[in-house]
Amino acid sequence: MIKVNNLNFGYSKHQPLFKNMSFQLSAGHIYGLLGKNGAGKSSLLKNLAGLVYAKSGTLDVFGFDPSSRQPAMLEQICFIPEEFYLPAIKIDAYLKANAPFYKNFNHDYFTDLMKEFDIPVSQKLTNMSYGQKKKVIIAFGLATQAKLIIMDEPTNGLDIPSKTQFRKIMASALTDDRCIVISTHQVRDLDNLIDTVIILDENNIALQASIEEITEKLTFKKVKEMDPSIIYAEPSLSGFHAVMPNYHQEDSKLDMELLFNAILTEKTKFKPYFN
Amino acid sequence: MEFRDNKAIYLQIADYVCEHILLEKWKADEKVPSVREMAVELEVNPNTIMRTYELLQQQNIISNKRGIGFFVTEKAIDQVKNFRKAHFMDHELPVLFRNIYLLNISFEELKSKYETFVNENFNA
Repeated sequence: MIKVNNLNFGYSKHQPLFKNMSFQLSAGHIYGLLGKNGAGKSSLLKNLAGLVYAKSGTLDVFGFDPSSRQPAMLEQICFIPEEFYLPAIKIDAYLKANAPFYKNFNHDYFTDLMKEFDIPVSQKLTNMSYGQKKKVIIAFGLATQAKLIIMDEPTNGLDIPSKTQFRKIMASALTDDRCIVISTHQVRDLDNLIDTVIILDENNIALQASIEEITEKLTFKKVKEMDPSIIYAEPSLSGFHAVMPNYHQEDSKLDMELLFNAILTEKTKFKPYFN
Repeated sequence: MEFRDNKAIYLQIADYVCEHILLEKWKADEKVPSVREMAVELEVNPNTIMRTYELLQQQNIISNKRGIGFFVTEKAIDQVKNFRKAHFMDHELPVLFRNIYLLNISFEELKSKYETFVNENFNA
């Protein structure tokens, strides 16, 4: 669905953010985009949506070059940014102004989502809390029925019950013809929703692998003592949380925070496991 | 459903389904929740549920009727017991044995504990 080849991108000439980055994304998946602050998560998402321009390389988003910003492509992309602006109008006026850009916009679905999120529909957008505004744009974005859903830190600002609602909504939003990319620092909010992890580090993709592939190759477990087979470990109350090769075909639960730290710290040691 | 942190999610969901079958909340020939319903209920990726359902199909615990959904097989309860028993024997029993050995617990003591447990929990 999305093919990126040899992408070079940077905001200034001397500081490239991405160097010869290549990857593909397919429909039917929820990708979790992870990276340190400043690793370029938001910039990568913006490249996909045509909000910034690559220096060189090719981007193919369902047959379109995002930088040409053709309406036929844009109506199939829903981008939910981390920081956003909403005008001082009510929800119905917002819908009237924005929904027509998306030919598949589903008003009933939007109404359902607003109900699920418990948002008073008659309120002015500017009088809402940050969390409420966020829920409005998430609901709007999903109601566009776009093929590509991009979310930058969607759970920021959501209260505890809203996070549960968000997870349920995302679980039902994934269809076979839809691709969802979520960047996040709050991996615990989303770790059961993500099926493929993409870790950005040092101007490139340090890891792109499905949860299934990762847990097939590595095992995540609590151990009492360190031993030489452990590739990476963090101390815990009763010993260590460790990552090691999966010698015995164990089916462990992937610990996404541990994986993230492990990959950033021991990148070269993990490389042979993922090609 | 509360997930534990030491077992793959798709296996924990398989346990959850098996439990429903053993307790006959879902009976033979009945439809199990769709992949989507289950994903929403448990707040997990639908692909994870699909993986669980594929495993349960291989174990002949559920079967896929094209276009209609997944159904509990006729012999599901026996299949679940076999599947769970094999897992228990291979993975859980060694841990239990180790503790029994280390703590010097006698089989008589275990037996009476076990009988009380069964009475309190299942014979009410």
